[in-house]
Amino acid sequence: MSGGLALDLLLAASLLWSGWRAVATQDPYRSVVYFIVFGLLMTLAWARLEAPDIALAEAAIGAGLTGALLLDAIDALRSRRRTK
Amino acid sequence: MRAVAVILSAAAFAGIVIAQLLRLSTPVVDLPALVGERIPVSGVAHPVTAVLLNFRGYDTLLEIGVLLLAAVIVLAARGDEPAMNPAALPSAEPPIQMFARATTGPMIVVAVYLLWAGAYQPGGAFQAGAVLAAMAVLLYLAGVTGNWAKPGMALRAGLTGGFLLFLGVAASLLIRGVLLQYPVEHAGQLILLIEAGLTVSLGLILASLFLFLAADPPR
Repeated sequence: MSGGLALDLLLAASLLWSGWRAVATQDPYRSVVYFIVFGLLMTLAWARLEAPDIALAEAAIGAGLTGALLLDAIDALRSRRRTK
Repeated sequence: MRAVAVILSAAAFAGIVIAQLLRLSTPVVDLPALVGERIPVSGVAHPVTAVLLNFRGYDTLLEIGVLLLAAVIVLAARGDEPAMNPAALPSAEPPIQMFARATTGPMIVVAVYLLWAGAYQPGGAFQAGAVLAAMAVLLYLAGVTGNWAKPGMALRAGLTGGFLLFLGVAASLLIRGVLLQYPVEHAGQLILLIEAGLTVSLGLILASLFLFLAADPPR
């Protein structure tokens, strides 16, 4: 078995695992962290599929901006709950 | 029991997906070869950019419209709340602020490089715009800049500029007969012009999705 295939299988397994953890985790903060991990793994997957254009967009928008936005949303929800 | 059900349904789903994938018919038209054949008339050397901005420019034009609409809706959802006072920002550690300031220059350079490189290798307006947006978000998170209030004229012009520029080029090409069919000799320059406009607008739109909705100051 070549190293490339092993890496692909590992990537696919980690993608499924992080995707599942992102939706199944109870704590929203952890969930977002898993989502960001999923985005970064997805970037690697696009790179492996020789689609660097999509990999760039996924890293910047999927993992970076969306992750930051979700973290900020959690922060806002928490502070709102505290003031009520 | 629940775990078994989850695993069984996941396996069944995977089986169905794989079965359907195997049933897909082979494409009748060999699109990559077709695109490769027409690259010389597209004005750029990178096939993805050629498809996005020339062969399927209409789709990209509509995409920008959709993103602009999203930014408008974010503005509507925000309502009339004033921007937070930058003095009320949680002050980040000085090293973080310094890092955020120091990365601003290189990030602008990277964005311009990605825009320029899009003509012959992976890159282009979307990626460059995302880098600019990431820069704005980083500056906000480090506490260097505040969130955005109601957009002034400059910000409005920046948000809509890329779309209007693209639309303007598309409309002016109608004089020659067909929407978005660039003249071969000017295709490269037109694409670069459109992409430059799109980069600025996309950066502002993506950043606005974050900065207009960014955490309100504690009330």
